[in-house]
Amino acid sequence: MIEEIITSGRMNPEIDPVLHVWGWEIPFYLFLGGIAAGLLIFSAYFSLRGREDELPTAVKWMPLGVPVVISVGLIALLLDLSHVWYFWQLFTNIRWESPMSWGAWTLTVITPLSIAWIAIWIEDIFPNWDWKFEEVKTVIKWLKEQKRVLAQVLILLSIILGMYTGILLSAFNARPFWNTSILGPLFLASGLSASAALIVFFSKSEVEKRLFTRIDIILIGIELFLIVHLFMGHLAGTQVHIQAAEMFLGGPYTVVFWIFVVGMGLVLPVVLELLELKHKFIPAIVPVVLIVGGNLMLRFIVVSAGQASRWLY
Amino acid sequence: MRYGMAVDTLKCVGCSDCVVACQTENDVPIGYCRDWIVEKTFGSYPELQLEIRSERCNHCANAPCVRTCPTEASHYGPGGVVLVEENECIGCKACITSCPYDARFVHPEGYVDKCTFCIHRVEKGQNPACVSVCPTHAMIFGDMDDPNSELSKAMATRKWKALIPEAGTDPKVFYLL
Repeated sequence: MIEEIITSGRMNPEIDPVLHVWGWEIPFYLFLGGIAAGLLIFSAYFSLRGREDELPTAVKWMPLGVPVVISVGLIALLLDLSHVWYFWQLFTNIRWESPMSWGAWTLTVITPLSIAWIAIWIEDIFPNWDWKFEEVKTVIKWLKEQKRVLAQVLILLSIILGMYTGILLSAFNARPFWNTSILGPLFLASGLSASAALIVFFSKSEVEKRLFTRIDIILIGIELFLIVHLFMGHLAGTQVHIQAAEMFLGGPYTVVFWIFVVGMGLVLPVVLELLELKHKFIPAIVPVVLIVGGNLMLRFIVVSAGQASRWLY
Repeated sequence: MRYGMAVDTLKCVGCSDCVVACQTENDVPIGYCRDWIVEKTFGSYPELQLEIRSERCNHCANAPCVRTCPTEASHYGPGGVVLVEENECIGCKACITSCPYDARFVHPEGYVDKCTFCIHRVEKGQNPACVSVCPTHAMIFGDMDDPNSELSKAMATRKWKALIPEAGTDPKVFYLL
């Protein structure tokens, strides 16, 4: 038997008895960051492939939502900061070792670029709009000339944005459940999958719907593969990693994770999407709600479980 | 110069005087603490062993809190002491989640707070408050680079351990066994 008690009564708020410094704000932001990254990647990629007229929802319409999604995410991030009036300190430092720092810088660059990206498509979306000022037209024309470069930069930055939401967590060796490099690719794949589901939901073109349904099925397959590997890695790890995995294999997170995230957020929507491809009628709202909900839940559970996992001494 | 601390587990009686001294010296808000006492019991009755430790920030040489801080608020101060610059801290709490010892907390004023090894006292040639009040002289503070310091001598002659060195943080608080 080993019993350990803190006799002097350490009960630091949010630290004891279980670490809980990050509430809803961080997972909510990670979720929105993933979706923003996913939407931009699809839009920029299919525009580079010259398929903007074939896939108008993905390339032209969905980017309209990106600055909104990023802004809401940033508000959540600001709400999380406990010393918020010093937030500008983020922008007086570049710290390559800190994912939090390069995440802040990536967001700073990607937000204006995502607005510029909208400007390229705005004339296609609102063809009858009267722009009044000649300067606006000049700027839009100039941006259109930079379309290829902008698309390439956006893909790169969006991959960083989508991955960093996971790497942010895996950089913390003190929390064994997070301390796996699988989280970066997993969050990127799940952000892309949620974006694909949103595109399917909003699209009016049959070609686009079928293409993104197929993409989504592949992405969910990748996610399931990564989740299995996450647990394989932990179970083959040290005692602290094994205990972290056991929280999901019989421990307190078992039911929420396997039923709501894996069952209802990944497996069920894949089945529905496969039926859809076979021309069975599935109400469009069902898969998107399941996938996006599962996505949000995945982040909430990962953020919470990571804080509950710890080193033993 | 490299500051470190050794806590003699054979002398520590767990009186919590170090905790109170720290709270008084550093004006730690009520309900919080920068150092604390752990009592660890091994074995099963009647073969029991007890280890009492006064714990605090380990002032790691490879501090994950310094690495993950996005603003350089968490930094290495004189003698390798890990400090937080209040006016650079944005309260993102990345350092708190990085610390395997859970030694940090959010001060009610918003910035992140922790043990400073009482660097304001050390720079005046005094011991940290916890060390200076210890009734059994269970704690030794000193320069690890100076082979003649009381700390170096104790570590050269006694068995000792650090807490979870396998976390790779290179901690600088040691426990004499």
